[in-house]
Amino acid sequence: MTAAISVAGLTRRYRDQVALDDVSVELEAGSITGLLGRNGAGKTTLLRILAGQEFPSAGSVRVLGQPPAENEPVLRRMVFVREDQAYPDIKVGHALRAASWFHPNWDAGLAGQLIADFGLGPKKSIKRLSRGMRSALGITIGLAARAEVTLFDEPYAGLDAVARQIFYDRLLAEYAERPRTILLSTHLIDEAAALFERVVVIDQGRVVLEAAADGLRGVATTVSGPVLAVQDFTAGRPIWNQRRLGSQASVVTVGQLDEASRARARSLGLDLVPLTLQQLVVHAAGWPAAPEADSEGVSA
Amino acid sequence: MPELAGLDEGTPLFTQVAERLAAEIADGGLAEGARVPSTNELAAFYRINPATAAKGINLLADDGLLEKRRGIGMFVAAGARQRLLGQRRDDFVARYLRPMLTEAGRLGLGAEELITLIRDHDQQASDSAAGVAV
Repeated sequence: MTAAISVAGLTRRYRDQVALDDVSVELEAGSITGLLGRNGAGKTTLLRILAGQEFPSAGSVRVLGQPPAENEPVLRRMVFVREDQAYPDIKVGHALRAASWFHPNWDAGLAGQLIADFGLGPKKSIKRLSRGMRSALGITIGLAARAEVTLFDEPYAGLDAVARQIFYDRLLAEYAERPRTILLSTHLIDEAAALFERVVVIDQGRVVLEAAADGLRGVATTVSGPVLAVQDFTAGRPIWNQRRLGSQASVVTVGQLDEASRARARSLGLDLVPLTLQQLVVHAAGWPAAPEADSEGVSA
Repeated sequence: MPELAGLDEGTPLFTQVAERLAAEIADGGLAEGARVPSTNELAAFYRINPATAAKGINLLADDGLLEKRRGIGMFVAAGARQRLLGQRRDDFVARYLRPMLTEAGRLGLGAEELITLIRDHDQQASDSAAGVAV
């Protein structure tokens, strides 16, 4: 694999707090990765360091093989779309033109199409745009830059569900046409889950889970029903969480269930509900030593 | 939740993509020799990562159900439909027939009685279907 982004032992300390703590991550060139975690987990700090906007306290960072900080040739091959990006007091069309000067692969046709999709007029003043429309502008720049490394940090503040679906569809279409390395941080995990090839989950500045996204589907299941049946079924299986109410119990078990296990659960009258990626992340973040998921490419 | 064109939670998406394609081949919707949708077409349709879609296609290709024609794409291999129908029959036996025979044994129903029951039921089903048609 060729790593487009390679981070080793990365630590970022502020005066009295550690934002990133010994983070090591490699992202393959030409893949879409989800960067997941709670607010304040360190996602933005990591993205800012990758974009050369902040310096590590310790550790090494390589983007396209080189340290990004103050490295103009590498920065021109990247685009970073921040949450609530601030713009000078100019018109939408001017912002797009300015972006076209900086990004060598800029596709003006695509930019025009995206602002039309989002209903964003080029003559509008950015200062007068709603929060969602400013997000749409950021997304337009991020996609139309066609940069080899594309970083999105929660890019859709204020965007409604329809506009977010436009973003996801355009992202996939663009990626299909021009494969590139995309790192997208989000807390709308279930909504974006199917876009990702891999996910990196960080919590309190540390990587708690790094895995192939598709391999995480069905890796944990909530088993619920009568207490005795639940105990019978989950005996000997790794368990994450259990709750009980009267004669009913609900237990999260880890590990893919085969057809025989499912049939047995049905015959015991148990309900099986797979954990969504979002729920999985909640559990992973709650357990600093996340249990090893038994699917390929999973390292915890 | 996003619309994932009917894919469910809980099982890997690539196996679901493979199952959907296999079902289309078995039903004849994708004829032998027909071109299979490309990775990017599947990714756009199901709204999933193209690598995930590619893994689904490769699962069928590794199984010999699809064949690659260089520079053009993936095509349904000769004999794929027959093989899938054979697999489905085996699945039917495992999922329905064997549990039915086990349950029938518990109820003391012999094979002959069971066959009679199936014939009667089949007759009723076609009668009521005819009734609906009229």
